[in-house]
Amino acid sequence: MIKIKDLKAQIETDDGEKEILKGISLDIPDGEVHAIMGPNGAGKSTLSYVLAGREDYEVTNGSFELDGEDLLEMDPEERAAAGLFLAFQYPVEIPGVNMSTFLKTSINAVRKTRGEDELDALGMLKLIKTKCKELGISDDMMKRAVNVGFSGGEKKRNEVLQMAMLEPKFAVLDETDSGLDIDALKIVADGVNAMRGEGRSFLVITHYQRLLDYIKPDVVHVLADGKIVKTGGPELALELEEKGYADFIGEAA
Amino acid sequence: MGATEETIQTVSEMAGKYEAGFVTEIESEKAPKGLNEDIIKFISEKKGEPEWMLEWRLKAYKRWLEMPEPEWQKPEIEPFDYQDAYYYSAPKNHKDGPKTIDDVDPKLLETYEKLGIPLREQEILAGVQERSTPVAVDVVFDSVSVATTFKEKLKEAGVIFCSISEAIKEHPELVKKYIGSVVPASDNKHACLNSAVFTDGSFVYVPEGVRCPMELSTYFRINELNTGQFERTLIIADKGAYVSYLEGCTAPMRDENQLHAAVVELVAHDDAEIKYSTVQNWYPGDFETGKGGVYNFVTKRGLCEGRNSKISWTQVETGSSITWKYPSCILKGDNSQGEFYSVAITNGKQQADTGTKMIHIGKNTKSRIVAKGISAGHSDQTYRGLVKIMPGADGARNFTQCDSLLIGDQCGAHTVPYIESRNKSANLEHEATTSKISEDQMFYCQQRGLGEEEALALIVNGFAREVMQNLPMEFAVEAQKLVGISLEGSVG
Repeated sequence: MIKIKDLKAQIETDDGEKEILKGISLDIPDGEVHAIMGPNGAGKSTLSYVLAGREDYEVTNGSFELDGEDLLEMDPEERAAAGLFLAFQYPVEIPGVNMSTFLKTSINAVRKTRGEDELDALGMLKLIKTKCKELGISDDMMKRAVNVGFSGGEKKRNEVLQMAMLEPKFAVLDETDSGLDIDALKIVADGVNAMRGEGRSFLVITHYQRLLDYIKPDVVHVLADGKIVKTGGPELALELEEKGYADFIGEAA
Repeated sequence: MGATEETIQTVSEMAGKYEAGFVTEIESEKAPKGLNEDIIKFISEKKGEPEWMLEWRLKAYKRWLEMPEPEWQKPEIEPFDYQDAYYYSAPKNHKDGPKTIDDVDPKLLETYEKLGIPLREQEILAGVQERSTPVAVDVVFDSVSVATTFKEKLKEAGVIFCSISEAIKEHPELVKKYIGSVVPASDNKHACLNSAVFTDGSFVYVPEGVRCPMELSTYFRINELNTGQFERTLIIADKGAYVSYLEGCTAPMRDENQLHAAVVELVAHDDAEIKYSTVQNWYPGDFETGKGGVYNFVTKRGLCEGRNSKISWTQVETGSSITWKYPSCILKGDNSQGEFYSVAITNGKQQADTGTKMIHIGKNTKSRIVAKGISAGHSDQTYRGLVKIMPGADGARNFTQCDSLLIGDQCGAHTVPYIESRNKSANLEHEATTSKISEDQMFYCQQRGLGEEEALALIVNGFAREVMQNLPMEFAVEAQKLVGISLEGSVG
């Protein structure tokens, strides 16, 4: 169960502090998928960064709990170990570090923080092979440097692969559909859908309704100017697609 | 104060604990403090050297007295009081040298164990996975070699691998012929001092057509208060021979500066190849003040004497308060090749001035330089490299790449390439980049569960990969760990 209550966050700019999240409250019950839609500049990406604990943002108010555990007090890596995963809108390149090394380091770091035994080389290899196969990712990709020279589709598939390996309790997908063609979008959506179920909830952040054709949300929220201005069922996404965000921008102001 | 700055400060406060910082209590037999002709005679006598060696030392000493201290380097070096240091110390009970590993003082073995250095054959084999060939270890503890393994196997192949002291006695004709032939005693002040007072080091001779059956490796360690280390290493690969030599070192914590002035000479004859790898982790000094670290003033030079010969230097430099070293290649033989792969990491108050010299003399000679510098904390680093093409070096080629990575905003990185071409047919390329550690990369890794320091170590290892992958397998894992340890207390 995810509980976000009256979350406010600001960023330091040249003109002083600027509030971006202006009091966000969200409850995501176990096993549900919620979507957040909103226009550019609404604070969608900021929300994902704040939840994941990026330093650049200062949280000024509110709380964020995962199964009753306060995540706001934690460093990003502790949040990851607690079960939070962020699929990046722009996955970052790490030259010289190949995928298998990265995955191995990541998984064992998380296991260590959770007080679990580290996986040995063989166990790791098996896990990587199984997950790659499920997601249709070639072994070849494991030898390449993290995200370096990856196509848009490869980058996003790589995010889903990491999510599948880390098995988070709460996954935030930040504009996972951006830069994807329809085939890649389907593969990514299939990967996410396969992980839906008990003990895991999702927050899918997107600008377009298209992604929600493939990942069907239980609840849709509209984010505008740092606030959630409307909440509804999947039909709300279709309505937005038709009418655009203009009405909501007005409401927020 | 920004959050990042705060983190840097907090982490810095916790850092500065040097992992290899402990002292083993072993009685030493040392010469009195100071440097004069009598001390040099004492050293030579202790080692039972022939007259010619003593004369060579004394000649070097006379030159040393007249030579000025080098002043062109970037690091500010506090004057070293040569009369306030010891120039000879040997662990006791080893005057005759141990016959087998069982004769080695268990306390020494314990020390190496603490450092994770595998000495016994079985430990070597057990220490690193995926290794099929054993490694011979010639251990230098302070100044005297105390253990040598795998001698028999090397003997079968005709390879001579022993301490330089032993070589002076057993193979004087080889030592006489080659010592000082690549680095003359008068080359520079530090090399000159080494020539006068060197206490030990390794000697390798690989005969014609022989491929050395194993990686040769030496670990150095300073363990006696105020004792300078003056190793002298000489490696000769005869026609068509191949040898790969590894050297690694780490020193216990000290309050006073320690001078380390080693000399390494390599000679490669026709079609021969020498690969020399170093992992250097001398005590870097106090994290806050830089006090107490090792002065690492090393002269390393290889001579590609013969046609088609090749010398390759790979170094991972993480230790010492001041590093001053330029492993170089003199490409004399036609078609000979020189390579220099370097990763230098400075943190705290460390200063490093390092690079290489590639001197192209023969026709169609090739050289390749890949230098990766990582500066963190309040450290300062300079890459200094010379590529020199002599008039006769038709068709010479050089490729140089220097990349600097900065962590935090209190450190410095400088690149000083010297290029001298006296032949129009030469083809020279130079690339250089400077970048800062990216917050996006750090956050991405942290989101995947890595702590800040772990994330940094991973990213930096990636940055240095091109060099690290040139290290022999035996060193690669150790070196990667060392990168992480060296960067502790610097987070950007």
